[in-house]
Amino acid sequence: MVRLPALDRKLLRDMWRMRGHLVAVALVAACGTATFVTMRGAYEALVHARADYYLRYRFAEVFAYAKRAPRTVVPRIAAIPGVAAVEDRIVHEVTVDVPGFGEPVTARLVSVPDVGRPALNDLHLRSGRYLAPRSTDEVLVGESFARAHRLKPGARLAAVINGRWQRLRVVGIANSPEHVYVIGGAGIFPDDKRYGVLWMGRKALEAALDMEDGFNSVTLRLAPGADEKGVIRRLDVLLASYGAIGAHARDEQISHQMLDGEVQQDRVTGLVVPAIFLAVAAFLVHNVLMRLIVLQRAQIGVLKAFGYTDRAVAAHYLKLAIATALAGSALGVALGAWLGAGLADVYQRFFHMPSLEFRLSIENVLGATAVCVAAALSGALPAARRALALPPAEAMRPEPPPRFMPLVVERLGYVQLLSPATRMLLRNVERRPLRAVLSVLAIALACALLVVGRFGLDALEETVRVQFREGRRDDVRVGFYEPRGPQVKNDLAALPGVTYAEAFRVVPARVRLGHRSKRTAVFGLPAAAELHRVVDIRMHEIVVPPTGAVISAGLARVLAARPGSVITLEILAGARHVREVPVAAIVEEPIGLYVYMDERALARVLGEGLQYTDAYLRVDPRRLHELYGELKRLPTVAGVTLREATLRSFLDTIAENFLISTTILIGFACALAAGVVYNGARIALSEHAATLATLRILGLTRREVSRILLGEQALLTAVAVPLGLVIGYGICAWLVVLVATEIYRLPLVVTARTYLYASGLVAAAAAASGAVVAWRVRRLDLVAVLKIRE
Amino acid sequence: MNAEGRAAPAVAPVFRMRGVTKVYTMGEVEVRALDGVDLDLYAGEFVVLLGASGSGKSTLLNILGGLDVPTGGDVWYLDHQLSGAEDETLTRYRREHVGFVFQFYNLIPSLTAAENVALVTDIAVQPMAPEAALGVVGLGDRINHFPAQLSGGEQQRVAIARAIAKRPDVLLCDEPTGALDFATGKMVLEALERVNRELGTTTVVITHNAAIARMADRVIHISSGRLVGVESNAVKAAPGDLSW
Ligand SMILES: Nc1ncnc2c1ncn2[C@@H]1O[C@H](COP(=O)(O)OP(=O)(O)OP(=O)(O)O)[C@@H](O)[C@H]1O
Ligand SMILES: [Mg+2]
Repeated sequence: MVRLPALDRKLLRDMWRMRGHLVAVALVAACGTATFVTMRGAYEALVHARADYYLRYRFAEVFAYAKRAPRTVVPRIAAIPGVAAVEDRIVHEVTVDVPGFGEPVTARLVSVPDVGRPALNDLHLRSGRYLAPRSTDEVLVGESFARAHRLKPGARLAAVINGRWQRLRVVGIANSPEHVYVIGGAGIFPDDKRYGVLWMGRKALEAALDMEDGFNSVTLRLAPGADEKGVIRRLDVLLASYGAIGAHARDEQISHQMLDGEVQQDRVTGLVVPAIFLAVAAFLVHNVLMRLIVLQRAQIGVLKAFGYTDRAVAAHYLKLAIATALAGSALGVALGAWLGAGLADVYQRFFHMPSLEFRLSIENVLGATAVCVAAALSGALPAARRALALPPAEAMRPEPPPRFMPLVVERLGYVQLLSPATRMLLRNVERRPLRAVLSVLAIALACALLVVGRFGLDALEETVRVQFREGRRDDVRVGFYEPRGPQVKNDLAALPGVTYAEAFRVVPARVRLGHRSKRTAVFGLPAAAELHRVVDIRMHEIVVPPTGAVISAGLARVLAARPGSVITLEILAGARHVREVPVAAIVEEPIGLYVYMDERALARVLGEGLQYTDAYLRVDPRRLHELYGELKRLPTVAGVTLREATLRSFLDTIAENFLISTTILIGFACALAAGVVYNGARIALSEHAATLATLRILGLTRREVSRILLGEQALLTAVAVPLGLVIGYGICAWLVVLVATEIYRLPLVVTARTYLYASGLVAAAAAASGAVVAWRVRRLDLVAVLKIRE
Repeated sequence: MNAEGRAAPAVAPVFRMRGVTKVYTMGEVEVRALDGVDLDLYAGEFVVLLGASGSGKSTLLNILGGLDVPTGGDVWYLDHQLSGAEDETLTRYRREHVGFVFQFYNLIPSLTAAENVALVTDIAVQPMAPEAALGVVGLGDRINHFPAQLSGGEQQRVAIARAIAKRPDVLLCDEPTGALDFATGKMVLEALERVNRELGTTTVVITHNAAIARMADRVIHISSGRLVGVESNAVKAAPGDLSW
């Protein structure tokens, strides 16, 4: 049997005696490691799955849409320098009837070659079979849509294609790299029940849409090192006369954007959150070791006197830190792997990719462990250095008694206000100001984490409230295939259940100011629009003036535009006019990069009379279903969106996910706060054991003594909570800037509910761990304290 | 002979101990720190406990003070039974009736002299002002000093002031002069004597120093956990007259 060296046995016994402290440290370290493992793992999983998917299924790099171009243009596109592959196709949005689902559903029909697979954006078949060559009624259904409606191969659908009802047969369920994240054309939020992707044979779709030998969408893959911008420019020129609306690269492809946003967010979270936890763990390790070294001062002296080297003594204490960190990181890795698997499940609901699964890579585990041990060592080293610095002879003498000073407040003359117990407590805090400050900071961070965790939900709800509830008041949005004249309002108003119809125009355009430009949409709104209002983040309605344009703040930032700037609109539809328009106002909206104009002003820009592409309807709820039936049959209607239904389904999904992440966050933040308070209280108990026992001897009750013991932690927590709320708000403000994309900017809104929740939880966690320590006051040995000389 | 502790029969005793034992069990070994002690103490008495190291003096005093409970036997303070009492009862007993002075002072380092005293007077029913208590032990001019700024003897006198400030019924002192030199020890003893005389506090003092026994009403000898002798001093010596 191997006999452990005596010094290591001392280590094991010390650790056993200090198990409470060490468990608290290990738990905080475990939270840090777990978030590292989870977020790093999620990041790796997304990045690998995406790279693999994009490569194997040949995800395109450039995308363009036109009205109708002859296929003879395709060879010319292929000849553009830098283009490696071209796939032309037909893409068309239709209203679909799903048996058993009354509401209108919009589907994006995408053509696939009749023979062989698409050259780009190939399909990943999840179940069923691929389309039979030249089939006329077979479709493949996107997984998200199939899952929302429980569609299986063999299911039947019907769609109004080009004004004719067509029966469709589902033969397989599939995904495409183009639709990893499925989101509707008019919608900003995913709604798997009301929006889906269907793939259909080219010939069948050509026939249905009268598009023989034509295409309306083309996607490209570029050669390595190709000039992307140059290719897009040439492609735009080639397609200009076919009603193109401007080509774009992957960075404007919505599915890619959403996926990329998530990847970036995981990367940031995977760095910031573990850093917070591990920094606190380092601080706790430091406190525990400092206390241990004070307690073992004489032992260190004896060890050194008997010839143990400084190295051996220092290593002895470092081992304790390393062992704790290893225990914490082992727990953290296990926890992280479990949470990571859960996160991957959530991802699979939103991001449809094969091989998207959480894998615990060896780099991840080693990285997390190394970071955790390094953090512990960074806390332990200064403490160990202190043990080294003790000359043996001095170490064996007891530490000189602590010197106390009158408090700052006392020096100011407020002494009468404080009880002796309060003064004791304040002087203890004042004597170790750095430790107090760091404790406050650590508890504050726990509080801040909770604020930040809830902020996502607050910001989202605020976005929805401002932009989709205050700004939009429709029950149903209808999109037309072709612009319609003013009589469309009457036509719509005559539909069953419609109490009010408001039509508007949306045209694609490139907006330019100086050398900056952005592809976006221009809205032509009626004067005093009721259903589509332009509302800013403070809920003020912005009136769209009869001339000039109101632009989203996001667009203003991209263009560096200010009120009064004159922007150039390059209309990407119809006669493709280029016009200069002054910016009348800028509207701070959370989502979007839009240009709003009065409908007449836009008509002047377009050189047309009043024409409408979309309409908002207010509907009598009792007659909704009747209206749905009518709308599905109308050949001019390309898509129908139900605002509230979409919002609700989205918010429900998000709320469910938030519930998961919030629960985890609560656990972690509470562990952080509890760990800091527990450790602080345990160390205070150890430092003041003699004092507290003396107080008990003098007749103070356990409760009174506990109050004195925990007073310090209570004070620190009381200072930390408001500070944490402020820090949390600060982090939110920073996050707003950090995660802002061109099209989306979180409103900086933190609700009172979030503040209450964060402070309440931190206070509860602190109180609970305080209570655990207070329990130990019971075990103070009143007689033993009389035998020690302080 | 077990009745040795009983004297001055006419008055009812403040403390009554009957057959008190205290056994520490450490694995296989049993240490009988007290082994069948019968003892009565009377109001206003100044008692000195003498005995060799390890004879059980501190154990006896701690039981009297409600810091510890006996393994066997009965201990009464007036009508409070201390043997077998709950922690709450003992706490209340200490708070209301007992003042302690220890060999190592046990002052709170983060509180000044006056505050150390105030700590006790804050929870007492009819206390002296902390300044007055410090005056009794001759430290009226050091009230705002922290323990680290006081000499050992001064610290011990603060401890006495802390013990007497609440006007306790009994004052229990475990080697109050053990850590002090001759002159300082004398000042501490004078303070104790004065409190006993002026306030009529029943006082028990443990010491190794037989010379101190001359200022006691009664001297009780203890050896191996048993009472081995009690003597009464017909004439008490003043602390100033003692020498060792
Ligand atoms: N907690 C304890 N565990 C085990 N034995 C103890 C404990 N406390 C005291 N003893 C033993 O009980 C006996 C009496 O101890 P006590 O402290 O009462 O002696 P004392 O007379 O006060 O000695 P001294 O003059 O050295 O202070 C001793 O033998 C001591 O070893
Ligand atoms: Mg003793």
